[in-house]
Amino acid sequence: MSGPTVFGLCAAVAVGLGLYGLITNPHPLRKIIAFNLLGSGVFLLFGVLGRRGAAASVGNDPVPQALVITGVVVAFSATALAIALLLRLFQKTGSTTLSSGAPPNVSSDPSGG
Amino acid sequence: MNIATIFEIVLAAVVLGLGIWTIAVRETYSATVGFVAYGLLVALIWVRLDAVDVALTEAAIGGGLGGVLLLGAAARLRDGERTVAETPGMVTRVSAVALSALTTAALAGAIVFLPDPAPTLAPTVVGHAWATSLANPVTNVLMAFRAMDTMLEKVVLLLSIIGVWSLAPDNAWGGHPGPRHRADPDGILVFLARLLPPIGIVVGIYIFWTGANHPGGAFQGGAILASMWVLAIMAGLTDTPPVARRWLRFVLVAGPGLFLLVGLGGLWFGTAFLAYPPALAKPLILGIEVAMILTIAATLGLLLAGAPERSVK
Amino acid sequence: MSLARDIITIAAVSAGAFFFLAGTVGLLRFPDTLTRLHALTKADNLGLGLVVLGLLPQAGSLRDGLKLVSIWLLVLLAGATVSQLIARTARQGETAK
Repeated sequence: MSGPTVFGLCAAVAVGLGLYGLITNPHPLRKIIAFNLLGSGVFLLFGVLGRRGAAASVGNDPVPQALVITGVVVAFSATALAIALLLRLFQKTGSTTLSSGAPPNVSSDPSGG
Repeated sequence: MNIATIFEIVLAAVVLGLGIWTIAVRETYSATVGFVAYGLLVALIWVRLDAVDVALTEAAIGGGLGGVLLLGAAARLRDGERTVAETPGMVTRVSAVALSALTTAALAGAIVFLPDPAPTLAPTVVGHAWATSLANPVTNVLMAFRAMDTMLEKVVLLLSIIGVWSLAPDNAWGGHPGPRHRADPDGILVFLARLLPPIGIVVGIYIFWTGANHPGGAFQGGAILASMWVLAIMAGLTDTPPVARRWLRFVLVAGPGLFLLVGLGGLWFGTAFLAYPPALAKPLILGIEVAMILTIAATLGLLLAGAPERSVK
Repeated sequence: MSLARDIITIAAVSAGAFFFLAGTVGLLRFPDTLTRLHALTKADNLGLGLVVLGLLPQAGSLRDGLKLVSIWLLVLLAGATVSQLIARTARQGETAK
């Protein structure tokens, strides 16, 4: 059981945890957190693959590293957009429920938007 | 089974324990704090995997800025209605467990049965380092060999900021993002916001500059610059700029714009889109990175500030 | 010479780890926010300080040593600021009850 394999199994469990949290947690912010957990597990898998490809005096294959750096930044910007949407929903309806059955509470948004 | 493997097993176990706690805990605020701690420990895992550039990015953007974003949202949503009524039933839970277990088992099987020796592009990347004369292979991949990905990533950042700004209510269109923060002018937060940004700016520029030959780069440096700006905003020392300001929009577009210009220059004067002539490669790359770090710092700071809420009056 | 360096490193880092343990036990066992903050400052100041002291003999050059010490100073600064802010909020929460 080498180091990268341990982290690879850890990453696989993180993906499963994130998927479970994304499906079962009703609160949208918890879904966003679970989605980030899922994403970090996927990035760790890339890292494990890169570590196994260490060669030519480089400890970790640079190509998966570059892909993961790009992925971290894109995941952050997606999270920021999702949270902006969630805050706008909360501002407009006064609740964070995602179910379409609840009637929108129009009077709770004083900005007229 | 040597001491290093034992450390790695303990680290992986702590990370998984934190992950389970984050998913299972009742309070949303606690889940946010758990996620920030998780992000920092994952940065440790990245260091163990010998990927220091990714560890810096994960700690700065994933754990640091992402944590600030989530904590701010959790604090604002604290007074919202509890969505207890929508807790999913037993059928949904069981099928979610089954799906997650299946995904985990498939990925774990893929990890255990990976081919040996592993295919790798490291020798190719190191062998082509003469094309840019930079010593950090990850920077070479990001800025030269897969520069198209990095340019499109800048465009994605721009699209996300447009998405966030489009959520402004009508009367705040083009106004200041986020609430006006106020802190005690003689208090400790203002003291920190006066003391830390000069140090932080130097550290951020150093990490950006040293990314040419050592772990580092524009993304990590830009995240540190953005966090210094956000600290000054949170202490009330400065207000968020109105999003209609032309100079702000120019800064946001400068990074991808310069990248695109250099790419088109490679197409007209050279061999292909984003091809750098080897003699000019290093100055071109560093020039693009300077524009990139300004854009990244401004974009990350504005993403943290959120949608415009106060009109310009 | 390198044996002496390694002994210093092991001793100092172990002492630092002990203070981290003490700080964590305090965080989990103390009754309220202010006492828990007090326990955490032990981990920050003494624990990290001893770890950095232990790593200084292993640093390759003076510049690396200075970087390690500056990391410790920055963590002190951040920890002190955040402890004060949390303590003030906790005190305001108490008086509001």
